[in-house]
Amino acid sequence: MQFSGRRRKLAVHSQNDLYSHCLQLYVQPPLENISLSEFETFAVERLKLLKTVENLGVSYVKTTEQYTKKLHASFTKSQVGPSEYEKRRKDHISHFILRLAYCQTEDLRRWFIQQEMDLFRHRFNDLSSKYKTEFLHKNNLKYDTLSADEKMNLKDQLINSTFGFSGITIVEQDFYKVPFQDALDLIRTRKVFLRGGYAYIPHQDIVTIVLNDFRTRLSKALALTARSLPAVQSDERLQPLLNHLSHAYVGQDYSIQKNIGKISLEQIDPLSAKSFPLCMRQLHKSLRENHHLRHGGRMQYGLFLKGIGLTLEQALQFWRSEFIRGKVDADKFDKAYAYSIRHMFGKEGKRTDYTPYSCMKVILSNPPSQGDYHGCPFRHSDPELLKQKLQSYKLSPSGIVQVGLHTHTLKHNWSLAHRIKAFLHYMDFSGGFKLSSVLEYQQLEDITNPVTWP
Amino acid sequence: MFYSPVTKNYFQNREFSFTLKDDIYVRYQSFSTQNELEKEMQKMNPYKIDIGAVYSHRPSQHNTVKSGTFQALEKELVFDIDMTDYDDVRSCCSAADICSKCWTLMTIAIRILDRALREDFGFQHLLWVYSGRRGVHCWVCDEAARKLSVAARSAVAEYLSLVKGGEETVKKVVLSDPIHPFISQSLSVVEHYFLQYAIVGQELLSSKEGVDKVLNLLPEDVRKDLLLHYQSEKNPTKRWERLKTLVHQKRATSKKGGQYFDKEIMLQYCYPRLDVNVSKGVNHLLKSPFSVHPKTGRISVPIDLRNLDKFDPFEVPTISLICEELDKPRPDEEEEDDTKDKENEIEAGERRKIRDFKRTSLAKYIKLFDQFLDSVARSRKGDMLKKSDLQKDF
Repeated sequence: MQFSGRRRKLAVHSQNDLYSHCLQLYVQPPLENISLSEFETFAVERLKLLKTVENLGVSYVKTTEQYTKKLHASFTKSQVGPSEYEKRRKDHISHFILRLAYCQTEDLRRWFIQQEMDLFRHRFNDLSSKYKTEFLHKNNLKYDTLSADEKMNLKDQLINSTFGFSGITIVEQDFYKVPFQDALDLIRTRKVFLRGGYAYIPHQDIVTIVLNDFRTRLSKALALTARSLPAVQSDERLQPLLNHLSHAYVGQDYSIQKNIGKISLEQIDPLSAKSFPLCMRQLHKSLRENHHLRHGGRMQYGLFLKGIGLTLEQALQFWRSEFIRGKVDADKFDKAYAYSIRHMFGKEGKRTDYTPYSCMKVILSNPPSQGDYHGCPFRHSDPELLKQKLQSYKLSPSGIVQVGLHTHTLKHNWSLAHRIKAFLHYMDFSGGFKLSSVLEYQQLEDITNPVTWP
Repeated sequence: MFYSPVTKNYFQNREFSFTLKDDIYVRYQSFSTQNELEKEMQKMNPYKIDIGAVYSHRPSQHNTVKSGTFQALEKELVFDIDMTDYDDVRSCCSAADICSKCWTLMTIAIRILDRALREDFGFQHLLWVYSGRRGVHCWVCDEAARKLSVAARSAVAEYLSLVKGGEETVKKVVLSDPIHPFISQSLSVVEHYFLQYAIVGQELLSSKEGVDKVLNLLPEDVRKDLLLHYQSEKNPTKRWERLKTLVHQKRATSKKGGQYFDKEIMLQYCYPRLDVNVSKGVNHLLKSPFSVHPKTGRISVPIDLRNLDKFDPFEVPTISLICEELDKPRPDEEEEDDTKDKENEIEAGERRKIRDFKRTSLAKYIKLFDQFLDSVARSRKGDMLKKSDLQKDF
């Protein structure tokens, strides 16, 4: 501590360079030494914040004011530090520590990237226009802007493709020409004008571009981190902490078959009416009726059956006997379909024992199209048809009301939490299980895998 | 396909798959030369030949590579339009059947997607191919397309998707204000064909069943009005006019925005339905152009977009036809050349093969394909010149 005087001066100098903006893309890892207790505290606090981000993301639609307000409150609360510099330093260091904990598996990486992105999006949107532009320049996102003439020529197309723009605002705001590969989220949802491979993006939407950049960088970085992990893990001081951190987010682990052999093939029909979630009941019914299911349906239902305890032999027998009743003969089944069932159980290919799909996955990915029966009925079905179906399953009128089918905004505005609540009411009324006993032991987020229900 | 002599091992690292007799499916086939591929095909006699991605290593050796390092590096962006996906909206056929009436759906799909891929996305090298039975495939071969990530492919496919929903969804297309230019342009294509294809050909508003299905897509008040009106008006074209008029009226007088029910109906019945999963996958394999469809014997030929409306899937040559044509005795003049080439047998063999194809009905399709390859090659030359200019290599 003899040199503390000089050290303070040096610290001030580097403060200005290192953390010149409150937001960063976490490109450079921190190079200083910190104490173990700081290491742990920083990491745990950031993890808490990310878990809050996750919960809010599941409970509210991310574009609503409620979401933004709550996230803002949580974020501000988490920002404790003696100075702005300290806050930025903590942000920097804690991010990199969590990278160590969350780089190891595909699932961990996906979770970490999702929460960090949501957090970043919020913080970026919160910046004033001036700081947004400053951020872009500091981070080398140099895209060409449209000239006034170009804008005038494309005026109508720009107005019709970009939300919230009129003739006047087109003139006022800058439009950037971004290669479409850098603006996938805006392209996917057709929120901007696209021509010749370029997306024409207004300044106010530039956050999506930044996010894409953020995601790509983080994804690459995590892969690299995973490779150097063994060196870090060999440090005995860090290993227990990192393990603890990465297990903190996961709910129940459905990858290990806990229920093997607890179910017989004869039980499936009665169970489907009594205890299956609506999506699985629907799949089972269409399998029995058509003696066939397409790929999406086979995956969703097949993995579910595995999760509730069907063995590989039982599964093969189950699917085979049903398909044979249809257009597939025994030979063809063995050649074309048996392989994929064995694959589900980890007996083929890269031998991954696949986990049953969570509600989130069923609702958000691979939407059903013509000829499909998979997906989530509360998300993918026509409200009228869903109502009729529930009525035919003898759900009482008050039950149907509780499920929320009297509102016609449901198709577009339902958040994940609504859908889960609706589904829980269905399960309760169909006698699947007692709502109360489930809620006693689990938080809402744990009931996100259909396997828990029978 | 070879794209350039510059990229090392492009052909050697390309995955092929064969479906053999008794439905045996073999993946991860790869070959060092074109000749090897030919010989293997002659030996194994596959029923189906699919083409996959270009990997980081030879696919046939993928098991020897450290796990995680064997990856797909490049693959053409592909689209698969299958007529069975339209079963809920065509009345003439179902499942694997097609006819000249519903083939219009493919024409519409090709026009809409081809325009969008070229004008909106900037792609230039598109090969549209008849699948051999009930649909069409599109191979986008631009370098930028081949290098697209899974996320990018999925985004492109979703941009191009308007019809959403499975068996349980009644109304599969919903439009809101403002209407994106992509949708407006797609609508103009649909509108061009709609009257003849849907109202006349598919008899959308002729039977009670048809009418009910269409009316199910409309709000209650319009539906009631039309049902009443249809009791006296039996002419389908006039019925459609009435529907449009009512919808426009409703839109004009309504305070709410976005009441495009007539457009939504047209799109639900005609807009292309593509399988996003086919386009997304970088590991996905697709039927090779010019292969034979095992169930119909028809050859997967390129489609000439300059004469798109005249394309007839039932005129596409079958393998039996080609064999017949090849079996016909060769005209005299060629025999002279053969004797000259006796010394150079391999070259003669090659020339004979090319001449042979020119005698068959495949000639025009091969020409189309050659033109396509030429433009890809020219474009590559152009790019390389640009690059070397930039680098100042002379």
